[in-house]
Amino acid sequence: MMRKYSREIIVAIALILLMLALAAYAPAYFDPQPLLSRFTSQAPALVAAIGITLVIIIRQIDISIGAQFSMCAVVAGVAAAAGMPLPVAVLAAVLTGAVMGAFNGLLVAWLGLPSIVVTLATMVTWNEALRLWQQGRLMNLPAGIQWFGLSQSAGQGIVIGLSVVLLIAFAWGMRNLALGRYVYATGTDAEAARLAGINPRWMTFGVFVLTGALAGLAAVLNMVQSPQVQPNAGDGLELKVIAAAVVGGVAITGGRGNLWGVLLGLLLLVNVNPALTYFHQPPYWERAIQGLVILLAVVADGLQRGKKVKHA
Amino acid sequence: MRALKGVSFDLAAGEVHALLGENGAGKSTLIKVITGAHSPDEGTLKVGDETLRSLTPAHARALGIACIYQQPALFPDLTVAENIGLRLKKPKPFSVVKRGSQRQMAIDLLKRVGAEISPDAEVRELSMPEQQLVEIACALGSGAKIVIMDEPTASLTQKEQHLLFGVVKDLRASGVGVVYISHRLEEIFALADRVTVLRDGESVGTHAVKDLTESAMIKLMVGREVATLYPPAEGEPGETVLSLKGLSCAEGGVQGINLEVRAGEIVGMAGLVGAGRTELARILFGITPADSGEILLGGKAVKMHSPREAIAQGIAYVPEDRRRHGVILEMPIAHNITMAVHPRLFPGTWLRKKSETSLAEDFIRDLGIKTYGPEAPGGSLSGGNQQKVSVSRWLATKPKLLILDEPTQGVDVGAKSEIHRIIRGLAKEGLAVLMISSDLPEVLGMSDRIAVMRGGTITAVLPGGADAHDVMAAALGQSGREVA
Repeated sequence: MMRKYSREIIVAIALILLMLALAAYAPAYFDPQPLLSRFTSQAPALVAAIGITLVIIIRQIDISIGAQFSMCAVVAGVAAAAGMPLPVAVLAAVLTGAVMGAFNGLLVAWLGLPSIVVTLATMVTWNEALRLWQQGRLMNLPAGIQWFGLSQSAGQGIVIGLSVVLLIAFAWGMRNLALGRYVYATGTDAEAARLAGINPRWMTFGVFVLTGALAGLAAVLNMVQSPQVQPNAGDGLELKVIAAAVVGGVAITGGRGNLWGVLLGLLLLVNVNPALTYFHQPPYWERAIQGLVILLAVVADGLQRGKKVKHA
Repeated sequence: MRALKGVSFDLAAGEVHALLGENGAGKSTLIKVITGAHSPDEGTLKVGDETLRSLTPAHARALGIACIYQQPALFPDLTVAENIGLRLKKPKPFSVVKRGSQRQMAIDLLKRVGAEISPDAEVRELSMPEQQLVEIACALGSGAKIVIMDEPTASLTQKEQHLLFGVVKDLRASGVGVVYISHRLEEIFALADRVTVLRDGESVGTHAVKDLTESAMIKLMVGREVATLYPPAEGEPGETVLSLKGLSCAEGGVQGINLEVRAGEIVGMAGLVGAGRTELARILFGITPADSGEILLGGKAVKMHSPREAIAQGIAYVPEDRRRHGVILEMPIAHNITMAVHPRLFPGTWLRKKSETSLAEDFIRDLGIKTYGPEAPGGSLSGGNQQKVSVSRWLATKPKLLILDEPTQGVDVGAKSEIHRIIRGLAKEGLAVLMISSDLPEVLGMSDRIAVMRGGTITAVLPGGADAHDVMAAALGQSGREVA
């Protein structure tokens, strides 16, 4: 038990220590309103991280997730600006994401192309397409979109609530659905999975589609937090969520990891910046500290793998 | 398990010394000791006047030992000349490559092996035999005193074989010692001066080739008495479960297979590595589709396009390499066992932890899997117990036909006889079993009938308890005695 969840436990301890330090030296960090706002603003990243976690467990990568997020945000924004009701805009964003994911999945699963190259290409393509289409404009959204047309605190509740429900649903599904088992099996040994009657191509394709759809949903959860849509809302999202997965103990070599670890990893990484602020430290350290955390996680993985190799 | 036990082997200058033995007799291990890939636990090596405890690959090369493997180890994106240059004189990192002299050296060496290959061709454009010739050219160029050839003719045409034989004879004439490994007895008679036969990791003797007949050589390879410890068959087999009619598949190199397997019957598949047995199993399991011919299951013609369909038709396949394609080491035993049965065990694809655990516990008990529980990872088990988990996965699908590919490879003796008992028990319960095995005593002891494959076809179907000599003869393509 301890060994199996050692990474989750270590990350949790680090997080708790950070919180204790904040509680002792900067109790203002826990003022409810800013705290709620910070969580709300990170909720979309959590939703995107669910998708990227599945992709990594099945031994692929999707660096186009940020570009997908931007594209879906603009699509939803255009739909909303054209006067369509919010559910239609949501559907448009999710479908757009799923189609972009399907494109990645098709190239990876059926043409056997390496996902890093495929998603690098699609990332650049979607981003450039957006630039041509929107020319970098901010898009103003009609009233009734921000916070779903409700009060801010109700809207924040919905955003956080939805993200948490999704996290619980996927964490449960990965453990308790045969499909979840298939994802792990495919990521560990695609050939063994195939011999067991699992279709690794469909599994890989499905995971990419799902990831696109989740990116679309995440884009909507982000859009409702402001009166405008930025055409580059997803810039850097891919790094944030991949880092969260790696810190949370998802093996980049596939087959290992779980969503609770990813949640902890994400919480740890996104709290670096506010922690610096509340400790009155210059915010330039954020990236360096995040990099250090990721490096520690990767080194820990390497050491663990080294031990395994020796025993085998 | 020891791969080699107290083997003595010597090679004189200007001699071709053949190494003969069944699959797994220890030939490769011996080669690896000579090339420095493995260190021996005991004993010494003597090269020239130098006596050594063990070698490293670099040291072996410095001593003039070169090995030509079945799969050439060349760089496909570099030209022939670049490959030869890189192999012979590993350039210092910042030295300038002298293309002209490199090319000339390649031309000279290729000429010596009689190869009509352009030095500027990229290796990926060459055929397998041409690549082998490049390897031989490298060995020549390195001034090797000892050249090891591991089944060099496996992929060659008749004409290329002749060319190769010429090269081997030239090597011998120039005072090089050649270790020649081959399954083909006629080659050994044509080329070798002496032959050493290995069996179960032990040397059963070195003989001058001219003193031996083919029959005597086969006898040396097979040797041992078949142990009588195998569980006996009981009762008559039932109706035909699997029937193959003229099954062919170009991709798998399998041709015109006719075979029947009946309920309660164990059909052993004997043959050498590469005879097409695993390929046949892969066709039956829907991995490689057949080009022509029929597969009848319970009298009904079926077509299989994927393992999933094969599983649905009641076929189970325990693959050869259980570490690669069988047990997933990171996953708990219970997950491994239920992997192929989710649709049956968990309707609507919900995983019911309780029924999963109890199913796993049943198999752990029935097959005697030694572990602390269903939650133990597959990697924590010994080879024999991993194999039992692999078998459990397929029994859980309640198959009609069980295909086992090398079921006891790398399994210790105790676990081996346990697995044999399990297989016989399954046959008694009415399962049709097709057992591929390169372990001759196992095939002879376990099978109710033995199908022998060679070159992608079945060359003989022999009754259970057939003579080892006859099976080996059919596998080697010797007429030997009259075969049924």
